[in-house]
Amino acid sequence: MIPANKFWAALTAREFHFFSGVPCSILTEALAVIPDEPKIRYVPAVREDLALGVASGGYFAGKRSGILIQNSGLGNIVNGLTSYSLMYEVPILMFITWRGFQGKDAPEHILMGDKMLEFLGLMGVPHRVLEDDNLESSLDEAIKYMDTEQRPFAIIVRKGAIG
Amino acid sequence: MKRSEAIERILENIGETDLALFTTGMISREAFSAKDRDANFYMIGSMGLLAAMGLGIALNKPDRRIVVIEGDGSALMSLGTLPLIAHEAPGNFIHVILDNEAYESTGNQPSISRGRDLAKHAEASGYAVVDRAEELAAFTEKFKQHCAATGPTCLVAKVGGRGSHSIPRIDLDPPDLKDRFRSQC
Repeated sequence: MIPANKFWAALTAREFHFFSGVPCSILTEALAVIPDEPKIRYVPAVREDLALGVASGGYFAGKRSGILIQNSGLGNIVNGLTSYSLMYEVPILMFITWRGFQGKDAPEHILMGDKMLEFLGLMGVPHRVLEDDNLESSLDEAIKYMDTEQRPFAIIVRKGAIG
Repeated sequence: MKRSEAIERILENIGETDLALFTTGMISREAFSAKDRDANFYMIGSMGLLAAMGLGIALNKPDRRIVVIEGDGSALMSLGTLPLIAHEAPGNFIHVILDNEAYESTGNQPSISRGRDLAKHAEASGYAVVDRAEELAAFTEKFKQHCAATGPTCLVAKVGGRGSHSIPRIDLDPPDLKDRFRSQC
């Protein structure tokens, strides 16, 4: 498990300071410590596509930006990806939780949990699944991809990954 | 007033460094046709996302004025953006909603905004300044006042559409348009 303060420290060390999102229980600890992170500006969005829009404002201002959302919210974000982020080439780091992992979850999460990685592939959004030992390498890979391709990159967060 | 006249007045009265963001459909096309400028952003896709994008820029560029021009359709599509903007309360955020009560670029289908007051949504959301305008002179005056005010401000204007699709589409390549606008941010 990655401690929440180390999660944010790895991001701020890489000049990620501006985030938006919609909560997920998997992100409870990460979101809870934001008030103690003076270098992080987090905007609590009301929908996942709006979180993408808000975060993109950071990119236009020359900053690295990201969103934190539940995978159920991928349904809300499709058009924001296809006809905004991917079309204009606006790179955003997407932390997406993995409810429904291995089919063990509440019924509303099973289908998206099963199809999520395939769905990201269809959209042309590369991803890494967060492990205890790959946060920094995942961030570095994401930055390299976002800087060169100007496209979004996803980091998948399973239950217990950040605590 | 006609929507195109309102857009012309906005473009005449914004400052050179002001960032102007235009929503999907006829509003972007009319702005592009009236006065294209590097600090204009045209949302070609993603209807409903523009104000959120403007909010993100406003929060990151507090020394710049951000003017978001959208229609009734795009405002209604993401109505939750209004309380989000008011919650974040950027003083440099100017929201203009040009309400023609229709989805004009898809064939002029009626929207649900007839008989509804989008300004009340902005008021209830907690915008610092909210005004309505029906005549072009009043619209222009209110817009100038909003540019001088501490925001977020919202100006809602009932407008007549164009009724014609002869206005050209935006022919800029989206990534080029993005790079051009970003260089002005």
